[in-house]
Amino acid sequence: MKDPCAHCEEMMQPYLDHVLTDEEMAAAEAHLADCEPCRRRYRFEESLRVYVRKAATEQMPAELRQKLAALRIPLE
Amino acid sequence: MVPAGTVVHVDAEPEEAQRLATEARDRVRFEEDALALSDQVYRVARHLANSREDADELMQETYARAFRSWRSFQPGTNMRAWLLRILTNLNIDRGRRQQRAPQMQPLEANDYFLYDRLAENGDGITDEDRVVERLSQDDIVTALSAVPHDFRDVVVLVDLGDFSYADAAQILDIPVGTVMSRLHRGRRILKRELAESALEEAT
Repeated sequence: MKDPCAHCEEMMQPYLDHVLTDEEMAAAEAHLADCEPCRRRYRFEESLRVYVRKAATEQMPAELRQKLAALRIPLE
Repeated sequence: MVPAGTVVHVDAEPEEAQRLATEARDRVRFEEDALALSDQVYRVARHLANSREDADELMQETYARAFRSWRSFQPGTNMRAWLLRILTNLNIDRGRRQQRAPQMQPLEANDYFLYDRLAENGDGITDEDRVVERLSQDDIVTALSAVPHDFRDVVVLVDLGDFSYADAAQILDIPVGTVMSRLHRGRRILKRELAESALEEAT
């Protein structure tokens, strides 16, 4: 049988993307309930995603907003 | 008898005027809706492009094209995805990609690689939510820009733009299965890049 932690690692991305079947989800959750290292790694991955999104978010410059509005086609 | 080429105004006018007025109203509404989405489009465009300057140009080209071809947008469908489809096509047309086919990448280790690396450098991890804070905002932006385009496009659309696999597939005109595999690998490449910058800082 495959190492349950290796299998759990494979399930991590689809688990966090909410694309596992109910059965796969239940299996992943059962393993996570018993395995602290995997649980920590899942939690890390989840915070990493939130952090990456926050760190990568840049406000659109005000000048660009004006340039875009100026591209509108004038009414005849 | 009206000579060919003469525009008949008298009877056609009210109907034609009505049609033009409706069209003008639809167009203005379209432009307003598209502009209202510009912040969200920019958030994604910023990292599909290689620099702020590129993102700026790409946004202007996208909106110029969108305003010209507004009739091809189907009302009721996802306008943000429609705008990003234009944007990603322009990004490819402009030759910003070095290559279209996924390039050979060194093995990107496993999904736990970054965590393990950060844990090694810390004094043992007690709070997973704080581990990520060992990475700076610059680390993240630099690491993202180091991910090759084919992988980065998918990671940026799904993880920063909140698009579904299906939307990302439609925007990039690739199969959903390809979105999934590129997303998986792209996230690993991103983590490898982050692990490298975290390691450099630690030494």
